[in-house]
Amino acid sequence: MSADSRREAAARLHIDWTRCDGRGLCAELLPEALSRDDWGFPLAAPGRLAVDADKSNVPLKHSELGAAADAVKLCPVLALRLARP
Amino acid sequence: MTAAVGQLSPAAVREPWDGGSRLFAAGGRAGYAGHLAAYGPLPGHEPRGTLLAQLQASGLTGRGGAAFPAGPKLAAVAEAGGAARYATRPSGPVLIANGAEGEPLSFKDATLLHNAPHLVIDGLLATAQSVAASAIYIYTAAGNLDVVAAALAERPDAAGVILTESPDAFVAGQASAAVNFLETGRAIPVDLRRRLADSGFKGRPTLVQNVETWAQVALIARYGADWFRAAGVAGDPGTRLVSLSGDVPAQQVLEVPGGAPLTDVLATAGIRHDAVAAVLVGGFHGRWVRPEGVVLSVDEGAAGLGAGLAVRPGAGVLHVLGPGRCGLAATADMVDYLAGQSARQCGPCMFGLPALADVMRRLAGGGSGGSGRGGAGAGAGVAGPPLDPGLVDEVGRLSRLVSGRGACHHPDGTVRLIASALEVFADDIPWHLAGQCNSGHAGHAAVGLAGVRDQPGRVPAEGGRR
Amino acid sequence: MWAFGRASGFASMLLLSASVLLGILTRSGRPLVQLPRVSVSLLHRNVSLMAVVFLIFHVGALLLDSYAQLHVTDVFVPFLGSYRPFWQGLGTVALDLLAAVVVTGLLRHRIGQRTFKLVHWLSYAMWPVAIAHSVGNGTDGTSAPVVAAVVVVSVAVVAAVAWRLSAGFLETARLRQLHGQWRRP
Repeated sequence: MSADSRREAAARLHIDWTRCDGRGLCAELLPEALSRDDWGFPLAAPGRLAVDADKSNVPLKHSELGAAADAVKLCPVLALRLARP
Repeated sequence: MTAAVGQLSPAAVREPWDGGSRLFAAGGRAGYAGHLAAYGPLPGHEPRGTLLAQLQASGLTGRGGAAFPAGPKLAAVAEAGGAARYATRPSGPVLIANGAEGEPLSFKDATLLHNAPHLVIDGLLATAQSVAASAIYIYTAAGNLDVVAAALAERPDAAGVILTESPDAFVAGQASAAVNFLETGRAIPVDLRRRLADSGFKGRPTLVQNVETWAQVALIARYGADWFRAAGVAGDPGTRLVSLSGDVPAQQVLEVPGGAPLTDVLATAGIRHDAVAAVLVGGFHGRWVRPEGVVLSVDEGAAGLGAGLAVRPGAGVLHVLGPGRCGLAATADMVDYLAGQSARQCGPCMFGLPALADVMRRLAGGGSGGSGRGGAGAGAGVAGPPLDPGLVDEVGRLSRLVSGRGACHHPDGTVRLIASALEVFADDIPWHLAGQCNSGHAGHAAVGLAGVRDQPGRVPAEGGRR
Repeated sequence: MWAFGRASGFASMLLLSASVLLGILTRSGRPLVQLPRVSVSLLHRNVSLMAVVFLIFHVGALLLDSYAQLHVTDVFVPFLGSYRPFWQGLGTVALDLLAAVVVTGLLRHRIGQRTFKLVHWLSYAMWPVAIAHSVGNGTDGTSAPVVAAVVVVSVAVVAAVAWRLSAGFLETARLRQLHGQWRRP
């Protein structure tokens, strides 16, 4: 399942941790892809990533691209970028 | 002057292999004349690409910690530099020798710069010529500036090399932090949109290598890949410098071949195997091991190494924990230090590392009344209140939260250290949870650690000044 | 046209006040009761753009109105008008500031966070100027309903700014940690 979603990743949401302030708008827009950690910073949902995967680039499904584009646009600190393969 | 210098002079550099020292062949504090006498002149204008081909064939890996192959790294920069030749702005590659050595247990870079600075400069100049570099920097700690400046001044070909002082901080040696510092004066890592090889210093292709890597490049430029591969093993050719510290008779720098068995290295340094409980390999971002059966190799999947467990030497740190020392307490001190060294720009690192340090401190504090750090005098068998067994799970949970979530690998390295401690010192954990430490003097580990950090010989400034 | 110009100006004033309130809430990083942070942020943006629309109606209507005697230069250059030039000039100042805030807001991704933030701070200067303009320049600026509305929005914005300046304003990571699932074993 998670392997499939990785292969199907339509794009990856890159988190610039040096800017991210954990405001949580992205997790609201992408509830299936992102949750929030103890301090509010975005956390790839369980099953999204392999154990040692790059957690700064969260794979997204096709159906999430619109919400992801909104997240990039609305992030209050411009910490997100969409990277298409 | 004598004690610190004696410690770092090549007299203290011994070779646990037959080939003699490669990096210190010119002797201690080699001047330019001695350097040329030992190694011969740097090859002149060779056809472009020869150095790259030799470097690719040599299998040299970076000696700063990440062990990225040097050949492909130079190829990427050369390629980006070739493409940039048609750009509107002058944009030749930038070469940076990274001698920041932010790792507290490492002193091999300082030793190299004090004793063989000309090899480092040779490596830079040979590469600069082969890729038509536009700028060359040596970025290093304050204590090394004088000797490097003197070395630059005494040779005719190094006028273009710019010497810059690196801040004394753990993350200052991270490659993007080095580039960031040279550009903006802030030595903190940045989120990379593109590889440094494509767009680094002022958008130019940038090659950041550890100073020891540059010294190895100088040797390969002279003697070629086959010569380089004559030492070490196929998966980890050549030699590397290691900084030996901890419960040892004398702190020293050793030059060891790739794939060297750890027990051999310790034996060479005169350390009996029963004087070692565990060894921290690679530094604060490395891992704890029991030395038996361990080989130091960047090739972790190495076949044909026998039954040995290949452990990456990282920045070349070997820190010995003597019997009777508590590894959990020593680790808790290191995590404390690492948490304090976060650049505090990435949330998971800024909050996660102190949280990890807190849990580790409480885990280590078992047996010393829960005070953890500074529990000096807490001897074996001193009972404290039992701890929540959930502490271990909490370490795992927090580790998963911080790893992979930062602009640099500071959180990842910290998690790696903790994971190895929980594995190697697994037998101690039930004791700690029960409120006891059976390996005794938790406080002493902290003293040993601080001793290394404050060791005057570590940054041999006294030797550098006349 | 005259009546429409006045009504749209009044509406714009109310919307701008709402936008300032929503902007302060957005900066705090908190949701509005059930309304998620994203919606607060979008609401702030949309209310601001609606205020701009009504402001365009306001200015456009008075430009077309012969009684107001407003010239195109008055829209951009303050204090040159023929009718109460000082109070009208304040309107022009507010409009110029708002234009800067809105344009940089729309171009946030191009110009970068630093510039955006710097210009966005001008909102705090723009709002009192706009309020002063609506009271001092409006022909019914002293009528009871207008005064009541101005008092209400002023109290709200002053309270919000006081909250903005208070210590517990930001939802910091530490605070999120307290709300969150953080546990100490």
